[in-house]
Amino acid sequence: MNYHWNWGIFFEPNPMGTGTYLDMLLSGLVLTLKTGALAWIIALIMGSIVGVMRTLPSKGAYWFGFAYVEFFRNMPLLVQLFLWFFVLPELLPRSAGLWLKQLPNAPFWTAAIGIGFFMSARVAVQLQAGIGSLPRGQKMAATALGLTTLQAYRYILLPMAFRIILPPLTSEFLNTIKNTAVAITIGLLELTGQARSMQEFSFQVFEAFTAATLLYLLVNAVVVTAMRFLERYVAIPGYITGK
Amino acid sequence: MFSNFDFEVIRRALPYLFYEGMTFTLMLTGLAALGGLIFGTAIALMRLSGFKILGRIAGVYVDFMRSLPLVLVIFWFYFLVPYIGQWVTGASRPISVGAFASSLITFIMFEAAYFSEIMRAGIQSISRGQPAAANALGLTYAQTMRYVVLPQAFRNMLPVLITQTIVLFQDTSLVYVLSITDFLGAASKVAQRDGRLVEMYLFAAIVYFTISCVASFGVRRLQARIAIIR
Repeated sequence: MNYHWNWGIFFEPNPMGTGTYLDMLLSGLVLTLKTGALAWIIALIMGSIVGVMRTLPSKGAYWFGFAYVEFFRNMPLLVQLFLWFFVLPELLPRSAGLWLKQLPNAPFWTAAIGIGFFMSARVAVQLQAGIGSLPRGQKMAATALGLTTLQAYRYILLPMAFRIILPPLTSEFLNTIKNTAVAITIGLLELTGQARSMQEFSFQVFEAFTAATLLYLLVNAVVVTAMRFLERYVAIPGYITGK
Repeated sequence: MFSNFDFEVIRRALPYLFYEGMTFTLMLTGLAALGGLIFGTAIALMRLSGFKILGRIAGVYVDFMRSLPLVLVIFWFYFLVPYIGQWVTGASRPISVGAFASSLITFIMFEAAYFSEIMRAGIQSISRGQPAAANALGLTYAQTMRYVVLPQAFRNMLPVLITQTIVLFQDTSLVYVLSITDFLGAASKVAQRDGRLVEMYLFAAIVYFTISCVASFGVRRLQARIAIIR
């Protein structure tokens, strides 16, 4: 291999004047985490609402949930981001569209919202499966005790369902963080984007991507470890993972 | 809202979009699914082989691939494949690899990690008595896998495998980051040339949506049929 290795490149100043190349990658990491966190909050909120709707006795709610999930699941994330970023401002009334286009940090908000809605369909499916896995008697007992539907979900079904689906939710959270890399296409300089621009400025392809890879692995390890602890902490006594 | 919506732009771009773009996307999806399935099965067999080292290697590979974003992996292979080619062929300079070959290798290696987990679950779903019976009949390990375990594992997992292929079909749009003319790339090129982003991106979204919807509807029917046979 006649590739010229230069691992010291990380401590050389970057052409943007914002410190070293390492600082550049770390700022990308921070943006990845911020985007991922905001997207995950949106995904959890929307996913919970839609997931619950899919389990309600109402036919209308079920069909809305079904259409929502199919809509967000059957388009590539990249296409969805383009729709949010390029198409939505044009379809809105002129003034609203203009405001949207001039929003500072537009790539960040678009990425967070786009990835959030994309992931919310997956969260909804998981939650629906979680609620479906509970014995029917739980809902019936809640009704017999005089709880309203809202109370039954709030105090009985959701606390159980969320704890049961914690492991798959962990991997959906990791997917959310990984998916932020797609936002490179709308100009978000997250970790992959910063590694790419470092490669373009310094021509040190493999050092840049190795560093980004290690950072992603690190984030993964931290999230997985943290979720293990959370899983043990909230485990339901009597279930396999419980005490 | 749709007053200045130009359907003519889409109509004129149709041959380019489908002959150039969709052909690339479908070829990439098909070949990557096939390659990913073959490599994925090999990795799954390594993990279940009982040889500690082989299992470790396969496990590390799968975990590694699954913790990286696809976009980063696409960049990795795009820059790495020429050097690997140089090393394999013994050329004096990094060889140039076409866009198609580069993205095909990327997707095969990436999807192999996901397909291997599906095949592993499929192989583990076969009851223990079957390989034991095959062994008692005098079948070798290769024969047991070839005639007894893998056909059943494959059939049981077929719906999941197809679902993963639909995900792969959607993910191939990410080759956009290398400016390759897949379906979305073609749509984007026309959109930028004619200044018609709204029309082209909406059309691309509808096409992806329709294909994925029809395919997942097919999977649901298949699942129902397989559930009855079992």
